[in-house]
Amino acid sequence: MNAPVLSPGKPTASLDVERLRADFPILANVHPHGKPLAYLDNGASSQMPQRVIDRLVRYQTHEHANIHRGVHTLSERATAAYEEARHRVQGFLNALSDREIVFTSNVTDAINLVAHGFGRAFIGEGDEIIITHLEHHANIVPWQMLCEEKGAKLRVVPIDDTGTVLMDEYEKLFTPRTKFVSVTHVSNALGTVNPVDEMVRISHAHGVPIMIDGAQAVQHMPVDVQALDCDFYAFTGHKLYGPTGIGVLYGKAEWLERMKPFRGGGDMILSVTFEKTTYNVIPFKFEAGTPPIAQAIALGEAAEYVRGIGLEAIAAHEQALLAYATERVAALPGVRIYGTARHKAAVLSFYLGEVHPHDVGTLLNEDGVAVRTGHHCAQPVMQRFRIPGTVRASFAFYNTFEEADALVDSLRRIQKLFA
Amino acid sequence: MADSKQLYQEVILDHNRKPRNYGALGAPTHRAEGLNPLCGDHIWLSLRVDADRVAEIAFEGESCAICKASASMMTANVKGRPVAEAQALIEEFRGMVTGALDPATQPNHLGRLAVFAGVKDLPSRVKCAVLPWHTLHAAFRQQGTASTEGDQDPADPATH
Repeated sequence: MNAPVLSPGKPTASLDVERLRADFPILANVHPHGKPLAYLDNGASSQMPQRVIDRLVRYQTHEHANIHRGVHTLSERATAAYEEARHRVQGFLNALSDREIVFTSNVTDAINLVAHGFGRAFIGEGDEIIITHLEHHANIVPWQMLCEEKGAKLRVVPIDDTGTVLMDEYEKLFTPRTKFVSVTHVSNALGTVNPVDEMVRISHAHGVPIMIDGAQAVQHMPVDVQALDCDFYAFTGHKLYGPTGIGVLYGKAEWLERMKPFRGGGDMILSVTFEKTTYNVIPFKFEAGTPPIAQAIALGEAAEYVRGIGLEAIAAHEQALLAYATERVAALPGVRIYGTARHKAAVLSFYLGEVHPHDVGTLLNEDGVAVRTGHHCAQPVMQRFRIPGTVRASFAFYNTFEEADALVDSLRRIQKLFA
Repeated sequence: MADSKQLYQEVILDHNRKPRNYGALGAPTHRAEGLNPLCGDHIWLSLRVDADRVAEIAFEGESCAICKASASMMTANVKGRPVAEAQALIEEFRGMVTGALDPATQPNHLGRLAVFAGVKDLPSRVKCAVLPWHTLHAAFRQQGTASTEGDQDPADPATH
């Protein structure tokens, strides 16, 4: 599952990037400061292809009603489309059953669901939870809150100077009190691809269930949850060319069955009296209230769109782009690259000499280049490298080598300005 | 729209390169620490106030160019001024970067500080420019620390 390591240079095109770019109207519609847009902030949120936009419009114009209980035509259409989306996501992750696919708001919501549904049921005083030093705040704070409530302890796997998780240290952290592991698949701040196959194997060797945060992974590489054998996997729609407000929690049915509901309300029940409520079956037990129906349907469409292009081809293009951009940015005087792990997704995080990342971000925008600057909601990673933040260029399959050149040209101009 | 081209003018780049009054005073009467936890801008101000006048002022810290230039120009501007005038200037600067005061059309004492007027069109950078001023405000009130977040947010009119 690790991304291939390619040498720098422009490869023969395995993707027709120009044709694919035409699927994304926003890439041509927006000209920051009159310049062509080079959208290199895909790690924060990716853009939406016309096919997914059209699916949203078709739903709202031909199919919308509330789901699951209506007896009229529209409710039946909406229910069928919503459940078809679940089925598509099941296929996208190669889950065993669509009962194992829970729609959430985003990855944060999915992790909170597991922290409550699993954590509050099975983790107690003195128990231990393992995370890594690479985690996004979304995979730190819910576990800290659980630890505080239960008197449990958070154990953190250290990383080395390249941003690689120290696997020996990971294995050493397991004790008889270890009850859960939650690790990111790909670091949002540094791009490191964690050896999740190995992490799952070690976790299971100690009899401990493991959750993978796939927010930065599913858009970059094929993910097969059955092959991976993880207990939980989460990703979000808006980083996979879908809408905001929709995320996915995959959980093995055996766990989801045993877990407590996260939120109480409509749709997650079979029957309610003032004396007792019987909860619905999975996955509905975890989907209280009217869900983001349109967003779920659009996410299913986005997953099909990405499968149609092929994640192997996407990975090959993005890896070539990353190698090219890394080589060119690293050649600028005084640049420090953060995240030099052997296996990386298309994330390039750096510091431009003495120029603060926020100044770089504001000035790149002047040249039409959109990046993220700051701590990327991963403050422990920044503390590890003793920096306030980085400039992060994060690539999608629709990005071009010319856009990497635009980034470098603009960085040169900024260096001149600050010389 | 005022863009960053107007913001990153030579005067700001110069103060970033060669900040004025940089360092820490030996025996300050007032001091405060300013922090923007979101971007990591972190400055320390020290002042010697004598007969209600800012006799000496110095700053140091780690920050972006906008914050450092703002701090440098602030110290140059308030040094030697009565405290009351410095406090009025704090309000004018806050007004300018939040769009409440247009230095081109409304009476003010901002002088060359008007180079920061363009910040009001870059919402993500307002806090960078205003942090030193908020820290000065905290120093005068002997508050010790100023933050751009929480109930002390200087860019939030409700806390003015």
